[in-house]
Amino acid sequence: MALDDAAVRLGGRIIWQHASFSVAPGQLVGIIGPNGTGKTTLLRVLLGQVKASAGSVNVLGGLPRRGNPAIGYVPQRRTLEADLALRGRDLVLLGLIGHRWGFGPASAADRAAVADALTAVDATSYADKPVGLLSGGEQQRLLIAQALLTNPQLVLLDEPIASLDLRSSHDIVHLVDNLRRDRHITVLFVAHDLNPLLEVLDGIIYIADGVPRSGSLDEVLRSDLLSALYATQVHVHSTADGHRYVVGA
Amino acid sequence: MLLQVSGPSKIAGPTWNLVGDLQQIFQYEFMQNAFFAGTIVAILAGVVGYFVVLRRLGFACEALSHGGFAGATGAAVIGQDVFLGLVVFTSVSGAFMGWMGDRLRGRDVAIGGTLAFSLALGLLFLSLSTRFSGLAVNILFGSILSIAANDVRFVAVFAAIALLLLGAMYRPLLFASVDAEIADARGVPVRGLSIAFMILLAITVSASIQVVGVLLIFALLILPAAAAQQLSAQPSRAILLAVVLAVAYVWAGLLIGFYLPYPPSFFITALAFLAFVGVHVTHNPR
Repeated sequence: MALDDAAVRLGGRIIWQHASFSVAPGQLVGIIGPNGTGKTTLLRVLLGQVKASAGSVNVLGGLPRRGNPAIGYVPQRRTLEADLALRGRDLVLLGLIGHRWGFGPASAADRAAVADALTAVDATSYADKPVGLLSGGEQQRLLIAQALLTNPQLVLLDEPIASLDLRSSHDIVHLVDNLRRDRHITVLFVAHDLNPLLEVLDGIIYIADGVPRSGSLDEVLRSDLLSALYATQVHVHSTADGHRYVVGA
Repeated sequence: MLLQVSGPSKIAGPTWNLVGDLQQIFQYEFMQNAFFAGTIVAILAGVVGYFVVLRRLGFACEALSHGGFAGATGAAVIGQDVFLGLVVFTSVSGAFMGWMGDRLRGRDVAIGGTLAFSLALGLLFLSLSTRFSGLAVNILFGSILSIAANDVRFVAVFAAIALLLLGAMYRPLLFASVDAEIADARGVPVRGLSIAFMILLAITVSASIQVVGVLLIFALLILPAAAAQQLSAQPSRAILLAVVLAVAYVWAGLLIGFYLPYPPSFFITALAFLAFVGVHVTHNPR
């Protein structure tokens, strides 16, 4: 995917502009920036839900369009409604056949695809429980399984670890990393907390002063840049074994 | 429309001869009509109710129903068919609510205000003529025992159309109801479905008002589906269950109402409520 001098205007307000960067196939790229800078809007542009008001946007060799099966999407949310009476399996299945008109049971091939996706995210054991009763991490796995069903080349994850505990976020990050290596998927991963992601990221897109830019980890993980980005003191620490940590003041 | 909220008064009580009892019941044309209309409406309400509960449209459904009161009495004032008045009035309000979509979320005050105004409007229409005094009770609490053969056909045609449409949009509607954001990204016309569903809901509400009335609409549209969703997390099973429950309530309500001098809509609602409470207590996983 590539953007060339792209801009987005919503309700007369410019959300961001002069976006010129590209992401190579198979990369896992983080998207960061303070609340309200247009991270989700960037994903919506790629999904074809929001049109760029200027410049050009190219996704997987074409213009963005809604319903592109080559793009998987997990939107931002806290959790699914607690009383949602739907099995995980049914939720995942909707990602495959939910856009088809009519009714009737799913075909054997569709059910097999769902079973494969559930196995890929290690969610088989709770796939028959109502999703409202599952933990945040389990729900995220189901939503990732749903996004994988159409064998996408690009997967957009909007804050999938925002409300998860340390262990669950670590598991989700490594699940995503393994999936993109096995399946050669490009992944854009919106996150507030970079630390769980630092080991697996290939690059970072950050939205500063209304301009999305991309850079390598070395370019972006600097105390001065991150402090300016978030308008508060941010420190990047390196440990002796080469691990980096981003810490707010 | 005649005012008849309870069954004929001089009837021998039920015997152990079920076949004989049923023969006796079905001798009466009004009971035949009531069973036909009640069954059709219950099937439709069970299916549509599943989505009402899933989409959390309970309050919107209540508002549509109250809007129907103004529509029905308004139609009577200008000498038009009451059911037609109901369908037109609720469909227009439903389409508007569907178009508003998510923006209606958390607008309880606005919906409640519209609801109150609709009832007041209905009251005004009623006051225009003393001929309508019986009509008010019928619309508010149902008039299944006075439903005419002609109305049954009307209801049947509307229900058939509604069920066909619902069948055609079942999967995308389910997707949009469960997760509108992902459905939209997948190319599902979320807004269009929302409007279409609200119009279907309006038709269902109009048909249900004939059976249980404006004030007891929850009995058929919400309670069976809510109980069914507690019993099964599988959409097709839950829908089937909602239909079975709704039909069972209506049949039982009509049978009891035939022998007792009290209105069937009371028994239908009471059964639906007790069953819902029972299921909630025994099946609540928390």
